[in-house]
Amino acid sequence: MLLAQVDTQLANISNYLIYSAMTVYTLAMFAQIFEWTFGAKGGVAVRSARQSSLAETVTESAEAAKGVRKVTVTVAAQGGGTTTLTRTALADAGATTVTSGRGDGGPADGVGPAGTNEKADLVGRMAVSLTVLGMLLHAASVIARGLSVMRWPWGNMYEFSCAFALMMVAAYVILLATKKNVRWLGLPVTVVALLILGIAVAVLYTDSEQLVPALHSYWLGIHVSTATICGGAFFAAFVTTLAYLLKDRYEHRLAAGLTVRAANLMERLPASGTLDKLSYRINAVIFPLWTFTIIAGAIWAEAAWGKYWEWDPKETWSFITWVAYAAYLHARATAGWRGRKAAYLALLAFACWLFNFYGVNIFITGKHSYAGV
Amino acid sequence: MSDTKTSLQPADAADDPDVERLSTAPEENDTAPVGIGVLGWLRWFWRQLTSMRVALLLLFLLSLAAIPGSLVPQSTNPVKVADWKNAHRGITPLYEKLQLFDVYSSVWFSAIYILLFVSLAGCILPRTWQFVGVLRAQPPAAPRNLTRMPVYAAWHTGAAPEQVDAAARRLLGKRRFRVAAGTGPVAAEKGYLREVGNLLFHFALFALLTGFAWASLDSGSGTKIVLEGQGYSNTTTQLDDFTGSRFYGIDDLDAFGFKLDGFTAEFQTSGPAAGTAKEFVANVRYWEGADSGKQKNAKIEVNHPLEVGGSKVFLTAHGFAPVVTVRNAKDEVVYRGPTVFLPRDSNVTSPGVIKVNDYGTGPDGEKTQLAFQGFFLPTAASDFTHTGPISVFPAAADPRLVLSAYVGDLRTDSGLPQNVYELDNKAMTQLQVDGKPAAVNLKVGEGWDLPDGYGSVTFDGYQQWANFTVSHRPGNSVALLGAVAAILGLIGSLFIQRRRIWVRAVTAPDGRTLVEVAGLGRSESARTAEELAEIAVELQDDAPAADEPPGPDGPADDVPAAADSPAAAVPTAPETKE
Ligand code: HEM
Repeated sequence: MLLAQVDTQLANISNYLIYSAMTVYTLAMFAQIFEWTFGAKGGVAVRSARQSSLAETVTESAEAAKGVRKVTVTVAAQGGGTTTLTRTALADAGATTVTSGRGDGGPADGVGPAGTNEKADLVGRMAVSLTVLGMLLHAASVIARGLSVMRWPWGNMYEFSCAFALMMVAAYVILLATKKNVRWLGLPVTVVALLILGIAVAVLYTDSEQLVPALHSYWLGIHVSTATICGGAFFAAFVTTLAYLLKDRYEHRLAAGLTVRAANLMERLPASGTLDKLSYRINAVIFPLWTFTIIAGAIWAEAAWGKYWEWDPKETWSFITWVAYAAYLHARATAGWRGRKAAYLALLAFACWLFNFYGVNIFITGKHSYAGV
Repeated sequence: MSDTKTSLQPADAADDPDVERLSTAPEENDTAPVGIGVLGWLRWFWRQLTSMRVALLLLFLLSLAAIPGSLVPQSTNPVKVADWKNAHRGITPLYEKLQLFDVYSSVWFSAIYILLFVSLAGCILPRTWQFVGVLRAQPPAAPRNLTRMPVYAAWHTGAAPEQVDAAARRLLGKRRFRVAAGTGPVAAEKGYLREVGNLLFHFALFALLTGFAWASLDSGSGTKIVLEGQGYSNTTTQLDDFTGSRFYGIDDLDAFGFKLDGFTAEFQTSGPAAGTAKEFVANVRYWEGADSGKQKNAKIEVNHPLEVGGSKVFLTAHGFAPVVTVRNAKDEVVYRGPTVFLPRDSNVTSPGVIKVNDYGTGPDGEKTQLAFQGFFLPTAASDFTHTGPISVFPAAADPRLVLSAYVGDLRTDSGLPQNVYELDNKAMTQLQVDGKPAAVNLKVGEGWDLPDGYGSVTFDGYQQWANFTVSHRPGNSVALLGAVAAILGLIGSLFIQRRRIWVRAVTAPDGRTLVEVAGLGRSESARTAEELAEIAVELQDDAPAADEPPGPDGPADDVPAAADSPAAAVPTAPETKE
């Protein structure tokens, strides 16, 4: 297997693209800051108004069209109350409308960073567009980097950081695309993406080069690409967990009649129950992929070193991270841990992941040859 | 009881115990031992060990216990361990006692995972029986009070109860629910694969462990340096070193051999990473069994081992062997051939020793031995006054051999095993010129007349060698199978949701039919509600709602407000993804 020469022109294009992506992310970040600031006015009470108007629409149409089928389901909520979910289907159109209302259940989800301010909402939409544009530039940069050496573009810390940041933004965009109420996630994601890219460009940068033979394996492509995807998703879950902890504290203090800080901000976040569930879902969905990542790594190690598992520090910390996430899932599934207790576990697991990526490479030397900073 | 019970269900668990246990997890009971005696304590201990709380604790401990092994060098890397011990003499004995250099085979690490697996067995086997029971049984009948179920809907209809029941059976069947046979109220369940996935995952962990255990009990590996043109057959006498295990010793080596026809290395020649390897290829001819007649060609590369006769041959290092001819004082050839020098850095600066045991007699007529100590440099630096002899590029662009010479007793006959790569010069003197150690820097083809008439040495050329690791590791396929099963099981366990749906139609006092549908999922997932709503809407094709739809505040006597239901205790689990 002979490797192509490094295409310096493409490598340069990749560098320009990463700077452009960072510029666009910065703009997106400012737009999000504006969104949060403008949205501060009057974001709270309006939701219920919107809801009731929706309900009215449904009732009206129910009265108007004959043969409408409508069901209201009572759902027991976490805090001991109930919520309702209404599903309406017009007999001929076949379409169903769903409205979910809240009974006396827990607090409702906030509307998002824009509150009910239209200007803020517009800026927020711009921020989303900018984030998507930044992501495209970012992706183009990663691809150009890969093409410049005709290999998977994650052979060293710089490349891995870029890919990881990309996956993080992608996780956010995917959540948005699946109609999840996650606009609030935009600001932390862009800020951290900028941070990671900043460190990557300023500290970890290495010229586009070929890899040592130990890294020539298609398992590298599989192992590392799934690892970056997991990283991005774990990160999204991490931010959600943090938001959960803040919001939960806020809700509790509010309920207890204590003073609360940043009420305006907090009100626009989803309800703590929603955040708790979201972070759990992300972690649960990505856990099998993380398992696969470790196994792919083991298969690669078998081919390269003759042993699929040698307790090399990177392997060890992947294992620790895996067990930590397994413990988290276990705690939720079997021990009924929920809320704060589970959230601390999730944070711990993410800390292990983070240490595996940065800490192990910097503080511990192992066989993973790309680990050099 | 503790918070660890999985099967907590809302509602009247008292009068419908069967319905409420959707989970098949064994029930937990941590009351202290009943009665006295060893048996009571054993039973108590066993219950503790197989409880979820202890399983969780052991999982934590396992990840904690793995940490020291990543911080302290492990004995799989003896050089690092030795360095560390030298640098921390004071604390070394304590570390040794704590087995910190062998964390992953230490007593305490083993204890944790063995306990974990015992706990797992104690948990998973009963779960399996229970699940088999569940599969054999019909979905449990509807509980008396459906309003207390986590999701609930109701409406009045003009259709007859039997009609509604039949329609519901049809509908749920079409949605691939398992519907209890019979007539009357409908009970249906779906998502059994979740439990299958969960059991598969936990069983797969055993397969993984088996694979690990097999590998560590029945594996062995050795290394061998082979010169270009040289052959190798897989026996202990030929291996440079060998580590076996309980069931794989030196007599069990797989029979095969190979001949290294050539070795090529390619390096980056420019840029900041110049000198970084691009590829290493060893071209070999190999045979299986003792008969070397039938040979096949193969390439061994990094990441591409050769599989032969139950072993794998990995290419793990390469280097050079300078070829020299040594003549003694009488000008007789006393040594000729390649000598392996071991690389010290990434540019293959290779220190080495050439020992001439059969030198004969020196210029003074006394019997003596001769040795050279020096470096082979594939691409010598132009000047090494400050650095000592070093190579600046890993390929042989300007190969040099730097040597100094010793005469005296090599002490090879002392009976002690000697490292061929090191010189024991305790009984030797270095040859000198003008009172300074004599040394020479030879190009290929050049020679050196040794001082004091000790003869000469010529640098005839060099050969490359490759280092191979021959490894026999069974159990890989078991471990791989376990890993694949674990992933499949996880996907089933995490993405599939198990839920039950009941439909009951009864004639209300006012003569109309009251249709009640209720659902119970293993998580507080809103999707159960959505699914139930969909089913209810579809059911209204056959049981159209009467004009006044009873919501939660509909027919108040039938549907008490659910606010007081202990719904918080809905069993929980990951969400479904369908
Ligand atoms: C060897 C270490 C273990 C690992 C890595 C592990 C991992 C997991 C994971 C990742 C889950 C989540 C999947 C899900 O929610 O369905 C899970 C669930 C579960 N595990 Fe384990 N586990 C281990 C040991 C045990 C032990 C010792 C027990 C019993 C004492 C046990 C019983 C269960 C049960 C009952 C569930 C819940 C299944 C459900 O929600 O239906 N596991 N385990």
